[in-house]
Amino acid sequence: MAEVPLRDGLLLAGILFSLGLTGLLVRRNLIMVLMSLEVMLNAAGLAFIVAAARWHQADGQVMFLFILAMAAAEVAVGLALVRQIYERFRSLDVDALSAMKG
Amino acid sequence: MRLLWLIPALPLASAMVLALFGSLLSRRAAATLGAGSVGLSALVTTLVALDFSGAPPAGHSYTQVLWTWIKVGGFEPQIGFYLDPLSLVMVLVVTWVGFLIHLYSAEFMAEDDSYHRFFAYMNLFVASMITLLLANDLLLLYLGWEGVGLCSFLLIGFWYRVPANGAAARKAFIVTRVGDTAMSLGLFLLFTQLGTLQIQDLMQRVAAQWSAGSTYAVIAALLLLGGAVGKSAQLPLQVWLPDAMAGPTPTSALIHAATMVTAGVYLIARTHVLFAVAPSAQLAVAAVGAATLLVAGFSALTQHDIKRVLAYSTVSQIGYMFLALGVGAWQAAIFHFMTHAFFKALLFLGAGVIIDALHDEHSIFRMGGLRSELPVTFWTLLIAGCSLAGLPFITAGFFSKDLIIWEASAAEQGRLVFWMAGMLGALLTALYTFRLIFRVFFGPLATPVTKRPGLLMTIPLLILAMLSVVGGYLKDPLLVFLRPALPSTIESASGGLTEAQSGTIAALAFLIGLSLAYLFHLRRRGLAEALVANPIGHTLDQWWFAGWGFDRIYDKAFVQPFIWIADVNKRDFVDSFYTGIAWLSEFVYRGLSETETGRVRWYTFGMAAGSALFIIVVLAR
Repeated sequence: MAEVPLRDGLLLAGILFSLGLTGLLVRRNLIMVLMSLEVMLNAAGLAFIVAAARWHQADGQVMFLFILAMAAAEVAVGLALVRQIYERFRSLDVDALSAMKG
Repeated sequence: MRLLWLIPALPLASAMVLALFGSLLSRRAAATLGAGSVGLSALVTTLVALDFSGAPPAGHSYTQVLWTWIKVGGFEPQIGFYLDPLSLVMVLVVTWVGFLIHLYSAEFMAEDDSYHRFFAYMNLFVASMITLLLANDLLLLYLGWEGVGLCSFLLIGFWYRVPANGAAARKAFIVTRVGDTAMSLGLFLLFTQLGTLQIQDLMQRVAAQWSAGSTYAVIAALLLLGGAVGKSAQLPLQVWLPDAMAGPTPTSALIHAATMVTAGVYLIARTHVLFAVAPSAQLAVAAVGAATLLVAGFSALTQHDIKRVLAYSTVSQIGYMFLALGVGAWQAAIFHFMTHAFFKALLFLGAGVIIDALHDEHSIFRMGGLRSELPVTFWTLLIAGCSLAGLPFITAGFFSKDLIIWEASAAEQGRLVFWMAGMLGALLTALYTFRLIFRVFFGPLATPVTKRPGLLMTIPLLILAMLSVVGGYLKDPLLVFLRPALPSTIESASGGLTEAQSGTIAALAFLIGLSLAYLFHLRRRGLAEALVANPIGHTLDQWWFAGWGFDRIYDKAFVQPFIWIADVNKRDFVDSFYTGIAWLSEFVYRGLSETETGRVRWYTFGMAAGSALFIIVVLAR
């Protein structure tokens, strides 16, 4: 099985990360923000996998498992928070939630 | 002698109890505790004294070190007490006179609201004074020194609701602080040069390392003299004592007559080795004493307030002690301290009775004819007055003052001018003392008596009156007793006057003063008024009444400029640096808090941009 070259893999991860970051910056809906975060996490995971394949080390895959677990936990907490916010403010607009300013 | 530490500890403990729980105690309990602790302390002192004189310890001194206070490098001051004939005599007088005055105050202050506060201060004072006297180390002595200064401040301003009393208290504190500063500089100098503040070691090193008249010795002695001058109200720092009379009368008797103001005398006597190697400083001591006794004597002649007469008299009598120290008559100075403590405390207590009896009348010109109204007070005060004025051959004051005047010419460091100053001072003393007595007790009754002293006030008067007479006969035993601690006076070889000749002239001076007082203040009072009415007399009277204008000069030279500077520098210019820093950080804070917009996306952008910048920097290297 032909290996995916390191450069292509990292490029893909970089593109995914940038897409996630852009989503984080431009979207105002909290759900979409969370989804963008997931994309960024997976981009980071992809970088690990690519690196693990390149050097034939299992460490990268282990790290990816960690990231998966963490992302799941994060989503659980994040969705709970989103629900609370919606209960309280009847809105999911990030910019509307700016009471904590200096 | 093991009980030595109890002497200061008892009044200190009582002061603490009174200060912390005083308001819970009844008046009776407060007085019992206040006077009782000092009485116990006096008893312990007596026991120690009997022990000491019965079986003198080796070297005629006993040291009790309780613990080491601080230990920094070579600097190890100790909390330790040093008992020798000098400190023993001083402590005996302080505790017993203090006890009598406490007894007196128990009745005198009976109607005061802050009864326990008064006793707390007085006990704290006695404890500090004893610490000062017994201290083994100059640093501990300094602690006592500042302690008595604090108590003096607190007690002068005891009736703090009257602004003038507060002003007098501050004046006393600040003026003595000028002297204290000089003294602390002196201590620094002694420590840096000789490496110890333990008094006995220090004196040995002074004698061993400093030659007579060496610069350091003179400077150190002059700085210590500065401290003594401030505390003992001598020229040029005498201005605080007359104003200090704002305090309750027992305070004036205890602190501003009998004990605290003689702390300077004690300091010089304690460090006499230092002064002996600094002859010019010792000459300065004598000159200060001689000048003070005259200046204060003339001022006492013109005062109206009975307590101010006595205050100037105190300044003048301490001038005698300084004169004695200055000519090397160490023992005579301590002898005069003792007799002065008796009769001056008595005079103040008597004055307190009179002021109380006449409903707070202070002016001697509105008193009169009290001889038959207050007989006990009259007789005791007459005895004290005679003792102060030096009634020949009977009273204690005659023996001690005459000794000083004679030594002023007969001692090796004596000079004729000192003798003349002392003699003129003796005449003045007799004059102002009998002016007081004739004005207060003789003539027509001017103000009706509204209150008579009770037993607690009368007994101390009687005991002190007895001591004012008997004290004189202690002369020879006392001088012999003091010999191990203080060297005898070196008599000059050329002779000069004999003691008998000098004494006869002093007796004459007493008689002249007495008859002048009789003439001006009893027989023909019109003469005194005529004297004050003529222009020269009026000017002198005003000048002396204002204490030779020292207050005015100090006010113009120091107080006004200081207030002016304080006014100009209202926004302390040193502070502007610090307020500048505060302003800058607040400015930056405002700028930064603008960035805290509360917009999460904005923060995210900041983080992303920051990370990108970081990566670029790392890669670009």
